[in-house]
Amino acid sequence: MSSEEEASIDEQQEMQDTVVSPEKAEEAKLKARYPHLGVRPGGSDLLRKRLTKGQKYFDSGDYNMAKAKMKNKQLPTAAAEKTEITGDHIPTPQDLPQRKQSLVASKLAV
Amino acid sequence: MAGAGGGGNDVQWCFSQVKGAIDDDVAEADIISTVEFNHSGELLATGDKGGRVVIFQQETENKSQPQCRSEYNVYSTFQSHEPEFDYLKSLEIEEKINKIRWLPQKNAAQFLLSTNDKTIKLWKISERDKRPEGYNLKEEDGRYRDATTITTLRVPVFRPMDLMVEASPRRVFANAHTYHINSISVNSDNETYLSADDLRINLWHQEITDRSFNIVDIKPANMEELTEVITAAEFHPHQCNTFVYSSSKGTIRLCDMRASALCDKHSKLFEEPEDPSNRSFFSEIISSISDVKFSHNGRYMMTRDYLSVKIWDLNMENRPVETYQVHEYLRSKLCSLYENDCIFDKFECCWNGNDSVVMTGSYNNFFRMLDRTQRRDVTLEASRESCKSRQVLKPRRVCAGGKRKKDEISVDSLDFNKKILHTAWHPQDNIIAVATTNNLYIFQEKVN
Repeated sequence: MSSEEEASIDEQQEMQDTVVSPEKAEEAKLKARYPHLGVRPGGSDLLRKRLTKGQKYFDSGDYNMAKAKMKNKQLPTAAAEKTEITGDHIPTPQDLPQRKQSLVASKLAV
Repeated sequence: MAGAGGGGNDVQWCFSQVKGAIDDDVAEADIISTVEFNHSGELLATGDKGGRVVIFQQETENKSQPQCRSEYNVYSTFQSHEPEFDYLKSLEIEEKINKIRWLPQKNAAQFLLSTNDKTIKLWKISERDKRPEGYNLKEEDGRYRDATTITTLRVPVFRPMDLMVEASPRRVFANAHTYHINSISVNSDNETYLSADDLRINLWHQEITDRSFNIVDIKPANMEELTEVITAAEFHPHQCNTFVYSSSKGTIRLCDMRASALCDKHSKLFEEPEDPSNRSFFSEIISSISDVKFSHNGRYMMTRDYLSVKIWDLNMENRPVETYQVHEYLRSKLCSLYENDCIFDKFECCWNGNDSVVMTGSYNNFFRMLDRTQRRDVTLEASRESCKSRQVLKPRRVCAGGKRKKDEISVDSLDFNKKILHTAWHPQDNIIAVATTNNLYIFQEKVN
């Protein structure tokens, strides 16, 4: 085989590598953007997040204490982080997302 | 050609109806979360994120005018589930209806099971078209009559009244699931049904609400060892002892309840071997099965993972008999689909009445019809633009790269917020219900 033919075969092989696995190319892109992404592919972190969906942190003692304190203070106007109400921030009725049931009829039933 | 139920691609699909609001500002409660025909196809139920169920009824066809396609109109609507907060576990329980399953009809009333993340309810939908009149002691409006004014006796009679459809919760099956319910399936024995959450499957009797049997438990002793979860489960359509459940790792296990009380040990394990050289960060995520459905004849089952639909022969465990690509052009977009969480979208799939064609949804309000017998596939779109009655839907084409032809849409122009996750096919006829985010489209076969 002439060296020219060899070179073009190499090129073809290289092209094939990227063409055959677009997934791997995407993976490289992701790793470049998030270098600290877990070594384990997807796996337990994702699963655990799925299992704890809906978990809100609510301590009725803290809540009542905060409500009592709030009576004397101006209510905070800044919207608190509505998704993760945990840690130091004591949720107040204003913070909690609306849990009203749908009394409105479905728009499909019009 | 009503009743044929075959041929996905010689069938020309026409727009029939669309339900729901036109405005682009979609309230979260209006997001459709499940669609299901009943066993006769006369009723079509939808559930939404707001916990509401709407049931449509097919108008009786005018036999003398076959061109007049029967329409689905609102039959009943009710609030099935309400939001709850479990204070003990600090858990917010969404009212979103995850699944609706109809019971086979046994008497004049209709029954369906609807479930959210934690609680399954049995609803009875019944018609009232007569009411008693002529009471002796009460007026027609319900007020009691003065007994001293009554001089004669009469026999109350039933008189016809305007049809009233009532929905009432007959059973509430609660407190049996620690994790979130993803599936319910009615058994062919007409007595029991199963409910599956991420780690467990329970067997219930339709009449008994205060207990259920656990038949599958894949929770590891140490949660650090958790590697897979249950994603869907279904009973076999004829064999009341057989059910399957799919996992986030792309496997399906078939279990036989005659083998033992606890079906942790499967009877069959369906898994396609993976080429290790192709493995990437995304492999496991995209292999997660989002839906599993038995064929009507009970010989096959279909699974939907992120990019494909696979048909499995129940007699062959080591690979599917057919594999169809739904939107292979997304494989080179997995990075952004991971970032915007679309890679976790759970698409459902369904069979037509004679198991010759399967359907599943995609993005940009596209849905795919995959004809098994003719080995052909078509992409159609559910949009307001194709809303002219009897207008035949035009096939859509996505251009993966390179030169875009006229009428093609490029991958980068696809709207990933417009996803069709839920579709349903009439059990006998070529009538399909396709749910976009907040609208329900009904398409029918073109009748000449």
